[in-house]
Amino acid sequence: MSVEFIVEALVKIGLVLVINLTTVAYLVLAERKISAFIQNRLGPNRVGPWGLFQSFADIGKLFFKEDIVPSAANKFVHTLAPLISITVAMSTFAVVPFGNTFAFNGHDYKLMIGDVNIGILFILAMTSLGVYGITLSGWASNNKYSLLGGLRASAQMISYELSMGLSVIGVVMIAGSLQLDKIVIKQGEYLWGVIPAWNIVLQPIGFITFLIASFAETNRLPFDLPEAEPELVGGYHTEYSGMKFGLFFLAEYANMITASAVIVTLYLGGWQFPFVERFALPALAVTLLQMGAFAVKVALLLFFFMVVRWTIPRFRYDQLMSLGWKVMIPLALGNIIVTGFFLLFH
Amino acid sequence: MSGYIPIFFMISAAAGLGLILYGLFKVLGPYRPNTEKQSTYESGMTPVRSARERFSVKYYMVAVLFILFDIEIVFLYPWAVNFHALGLFGYVEMVVFILILLAGYFYILKKGALQWD
Repeated sequence: MSVEFIVEALVKIGLVLVINLTTVAYLVLAERKISAFIQNRLGPNRVGPWGLFQSFADIGKLFFKEDIVPSAANKFVHTLAPLISITVAMSTFAVVPFGNTFAFNGHDYKLMIGDVNIGILFILAMTSLGVYGITLSGWASNNKYSLLGGLRASAQMISYELSMGLSVIGVVMIAGSLQLDKIVIKQGEYLWGVIPAWNIVLQPIGFITFLIASFAETNRLPFDLPEAEPELVGGYHTEYSGMKFGLFFLAEYANMITASAVIVTLYLGGWQFPFVERFALPALAVTLLQMGAFAVKVALLLFFFMVVRWTIPRFRYDQLMSLGWKVMIPLALGNIIVTGFFLLFH
Repeated sequence: MSGYIPIFFMISAAAGLGLILYGLFKVLGPYRPNTEKQSTYESGMTPVRSARERFSVKYYMVAVLFILFDIEIVFLYPWAVNFHALGLFGYVEMVVFILILLAGYFYILKKGALQWD
């Protein structure tokens, strides 16, 4: 392990963290602006032009709040839970490729942090770890609302994790690999020479079940039962104040970014920019175009997440569980059988 | 194996970020506790008993079923990676496996383990 290797890794980590945090800040603003637009309001417009500095003002405010820990709570776990949430949310991005490998000065740079051959398994493992932050915060607060929120979150997340894991298997069968950059490269092919062979075309059912499961895993509306305001006050973070609440908030939005990036990588062609290789462009321009394509796809999915949140009402808990167990799992299993059939006999 | 070292760095960086934010918050925020402020929130009422009591057994059922199905999925992954190498034989084997899985699935459905009302 050379010094260059470590420096390269640290530079990539720094870039990804800074870009992720900035995106989270503007995502919160975007969400408030979009919700305001949908509800015929103006939204934040006082801090800076168009309210552009609103998120930074909010973060500053959170630092100067008091850390209120209920005397009945378990103080250590109460503090540990948001730290688990933020760690998991921020580090899942490590295996997502955000651009093609490009050669520079005789050295191949991979535009992903950790190039491991178990990429998908790492993502699934990290999303399951995310349950701990929420469940532990619900238990540690020793508050009935929090406990109910934590229980709901754990039941919901493990139920939808099954359909998530089952939907990905179709993609793995097509690519024959768990490595995310191999999956993306496989999606650079064309069907009949014209349609990009993105997995959304080859795996429409898998895409839909994975998308729905992602909404449930990130606790976004219509699946935000763990923090359903009308019934559970704040759900698992009822007893959190200041930056400890802020960490949960940050984790939720970071999870949204990661979920979008994973959906783009698995189903929407990742960094593939269709037909770009048919023009004689310099290598650097191609790389930049591909990174831009990745960013645009992620941004569009994030926009979709927000529009869904502000237009669709929340599920009832039994509806949520029956959707997960009685619709999603049979669909995902059927998808595997059909995919296998087509791969063998097409 | 060298791919795992950057991932380890990334996890440390993410944990460090959380710790820095929490540390700053601890230093910058005021600390003026009193019993009212630190009582458990229950919509302004005096809390009745503790939150840590018995809760519905359905959550345990979901957890048990999750473990069963998750193990099935673990078996599916290596098969999916080697799908092209295994060919028709592997496909038929896996269809049989999924059918056995579905038999168990319909059994728990009939038993009412997934009834939430």
